[in-house]
Amino acid sequence: MTENMADVLAQADPGSPVERRSLWTRFSSKSPVVLALLALVLGFLIGALVIIFSTNTVLDAWRGIFSSWGAPGHALKVTFDNVGAAYRAMFTGSVFDPSQFWHSIATGKQWDNTLTPLSETLTYATPLIIASIAVGIAFQTGIFNIGANGQAIMGGIAGASIGSMINMPAIVHIPLTLAAGIVGGMVAGSIPGFLKAYTGAHEVIVTLMLNYVIAFFLVFVLLSTPFQLPGQSNDISRTMHSSAQLAPLFGAASGLRVSYGIFIAAAVVYFAWWFLERSSLGFDFRITGNNPNAARASGINARRVIVVVFLISGGLAGLAGVVQVSSTTHYVDGNFLIGSAGIGFTAITVALLGRNRPMGIVWGSLLFAALGVGGRNMQAATGIPLDLATIIQSVVVLFVATPVLVKEIFRLRSSSAQGIQLATKGWGS
Amino acid sequence: MRIELRGITKRFGSFTANDRIDLVVEPGEIHCLLGENGAGKSTLMNVIFGQLQPEEGEIVIDGETIKFANSGEAVRRGIGMVHQHFMLVPVFSVAENVVLGFEPTKSFDRLDRKKAADEIRRVSKEYGLEVNPDAVIEELPVGLQQRVEILKALSQDAELLILDEPTAVLTPQEIEALMAIMRSLAKAGKSILFITHKLKEVRAVGDVITVIRQGRVVGSVPPTTSEAELATMMVGRDVKLTVTKEAAAPGDEVLEIRDLVVRDDRGLAVVNGVTLNVRAGEIMALAGVQGNGQTELVEALAGMRRIESGTITVRGRDVTNNKPREMLDEGLGHIPEDRQRNGLVLSMSVADNLVLNTPRRAPFARRGTRNLDAVEQNARQQVKDFDIRTTSTRELVSSLSGGNQQKVIVARELSRPLAFLVASQPTRGLDVGSIEYVHRQIVNQRNEGLGVLIVSSELDEVFALGDRIAVMHEGRITGVVDATTSRETIGLMMAGASSQSAHD
Repeated sequence: MTENMADVLAQADPGSPVERRSLWTRFSSKSPVVLALLALVLGFLIGALVIIFSTNTVLDAWRGIFSSWGAPGHALKVTFDNVGAAYRAMFTGSVFDPSQFWHSIATGKQWDNTLTPLSETLTYATPLIIASIAVGIAFQTGIFNIGANGQAIMGGIAGASIGSMINMPAIVHIPLTLAAGIVGGMVAGSIPGFLKAYTGAHEVIVTLMLNYVIAFFLVFVLLSTPFQLPGQSNDISRTMHSSAQLAPLFGAASGLRVSYGIFIAAAVVYFAWWFLERSSLGFDFRITGNNPNAARASGINARRVIVVVFLISGGLAGLAGVVQVSSTTHYVDGNFLIGSAGIGFTAITVALLGRNRPMGIVWGSLLFAALGVGGRNMQAATGIPLDLATIIQSVVVLFVATPVLVKEIFRLRSSSAQGIQLATKGWGS
Repeated sequence: MRIELRGITKRFGSFTANDRIDLVVEPGEIHCLLGENGAGKSTLMNVIFGQLQPEEGEIVIDGETIKFANSGEAVRRGIGMVHQHFMLVPVFSVAENVVLGFEPTKSFDRLDRKKAADEIRRVSKEYGLEVNPDAVIEELPVGLQQRVEILKALSQDAELLILDEPTAVLTPQEIEALMAIMRSLAKAGKSILFITHKLKEVRAVGDVITVIRQGRVVGSVPPTTSEAELATMMVGRDVKLTVTKEAAAPGDEVLEIRDLVVRDDRGLAVVNGVTLNVRAGEIMALAGVQGNGQTELVEALAGMRRIESGTITVRGRDVTNNKPREMLDEGLGHIPEDRQRNGLVLSMSVADNLVLNTPRRAPFARRGTRNLDAVEQNARQQVKDFDIRTTSTRELVSSLSGGNQQKVIVARELSRPLAFLVASQPTRGLDVGSIEYVHRQIVNQRNEGLGVLIVSSELDEVFALGDRIAVMHEGRITGVVDATTSRETIGLMMAGASSQSAHD
């Protein structure tokens, strides 16, 4: 009602403040990118508050602001110093360190150190992008695949097995290893797929619970004969042969971990775009996700769609798992994708952040990876715990999920349904 | 309680749902509000119940002008409403549901279950509404759940009870029981507003019947009015529709329905032995008051509802219980009754919606890859040919007006090679211009030799389009007659008379 009123007012009186506000709105309120950026700004602002309230030197400075004339200024300075140092460390640790860059320019050496932050961010982003695409494709079809993490673990197990137990030339071994990962994820994904299609079981419950089953299956496998590293009693698998590993992009000697996996991620992004925007099957998927009734009336077989969605989503999640293994650790252990390393869970948030669109997911994954990598550098440089990065990630997602709130904070006119459409619907059916 | 509505007008944007409605309900009176879906009945009830605020007009209760800001105020003033979709908590007991929001409490804010149960027993006894206070809602049949809703209203001392389409979900026996309850409540001095589109019911239970159509009161009549007359009041239209069309030149039979039995979601055989045929080059209009099985019949034709017994034949091929895809491949064109639910994907573009059920057909796709140029070209052509008013083919369908949304469906269905067309309420909610346009298109297709089955509850549409008219009542065809048959005869047939007795 108030929006309509505002419209009427704006038309009646072009000089009113309402009109000024709508000018600023014109380029922004419809764009999800602007909203995401504003959410990011809010995330960093709230992160700054957390730093202020959890750093003793800052708090002490504020406690003493009445002690002398210079104290308020000093308190402000201390605040900016601390917050600035934290965010600077985050940036230099994940994107680019100017001082290191000038050092490399001046000396012509240590270019690897200059590129390390970016390399690390990309290394973390690579499997995350693939897993998030897996979740996003399912979301676009109206399916909540909460089990991407379990599917990724299955992919990792299958890939590590093929990669470590047989010997063959790299040109065959790498594709075979990746294919094994995809099949592993598909097997895990087919369970909720068939259960939902043929018994009506709710996919959220099934996939969520399967995550636990698979987590324990991982431990079981790692302690069983053919998989466990021979001569070990720990839960650790054999190491993949180098012919099955995704090699570092700039050679092992460079020390940069970013691997050929980023090309796989790029291929997956392209596939997802093609699938959703150009393929007939993807069109069926989107119709099903947006209006299941119309899908049925248009002759789309809902069961088939559900099963195929889970095969594709599970397969991609499995690929994320195998890429993770063969580009970083080259073996699977009991902590593989468990706890805070669970990219399959992070993928759900990233898919939401990227509105389930392939390119949105790429940016979302890069942001999450940068915050994670940068957070580690911040912890090392300033002592502020890594959890701050998690707080910022959470706040960003929170605000992206509540576009109305962001618009209110930044005084954007809420254009109701036109602004952001929530990528996900209810939990029912 | 005596409630009077004076000139109530409620608009939604440019759409007027209620247009200067006057209505008086006397104490102890069962007042029936009769009208088609979308006539504005539910809007009016929500205005009375305080959930919507009217733009104009006033509500007078016992001589006092009242304005409700919300339904809570309406409840306190003695108005109770039983919604079509029950507002009960399925896992709570009857007693808990009845007292919900007005719970009697003991010390420390604990719910006084005994007092709640006693309250139920008291109200049950007073009005003869038997129900076990300790039963859990989800284990009760629908009829009893509704009784709980009524109990809830009564326990809050409702003097006026609004029943919104209460019989839609009930079996015939439950409807009988409900009517007995309504009569006993009226005897106890309660006023009842009973909303329905079923003619039989209003005549059976009503003291006064007010018919509304397109947001306006058509008139108030006594329950002795004939069903035929009521049907005509309900479905008549102010604007006369005329479609110039030549005499039909019917060819071979394209669609044959024989002894079809289809059950609805409740398991009732709402299509009960329908036999009907449509020939190429003719329009068969299926008339009837809504809710007599037409919806389920069309769903069965589209392959979206299981056929219990009987057969459907298209061009001599048995297509009984085909899947929706198979029916489309047989050449079924379907303009569904609820366009936004079954016909369109609102969050997709006009161009995509125009190929919604032919995404894999050449030239729109090749080997699993969509040809977006062909899709776009098709969209431009259809937008031009069918005069779809949109700023761009990439515009989301949700931003189009209802008439243009319908044109998208009509364009999509008619631009495919078809064996026959089923159009269900093809012009509901459209403005006069769009109605004419859609009718024109359908007649053109028929002239080119398409067999068409139109399902409509609007008599004017039936007469404007039909070459032959079949009338459906309570799941059966009461007769198939010529388009020259009088309105009165059709009206009688819609009320259940066979074509023979209607003529007499």
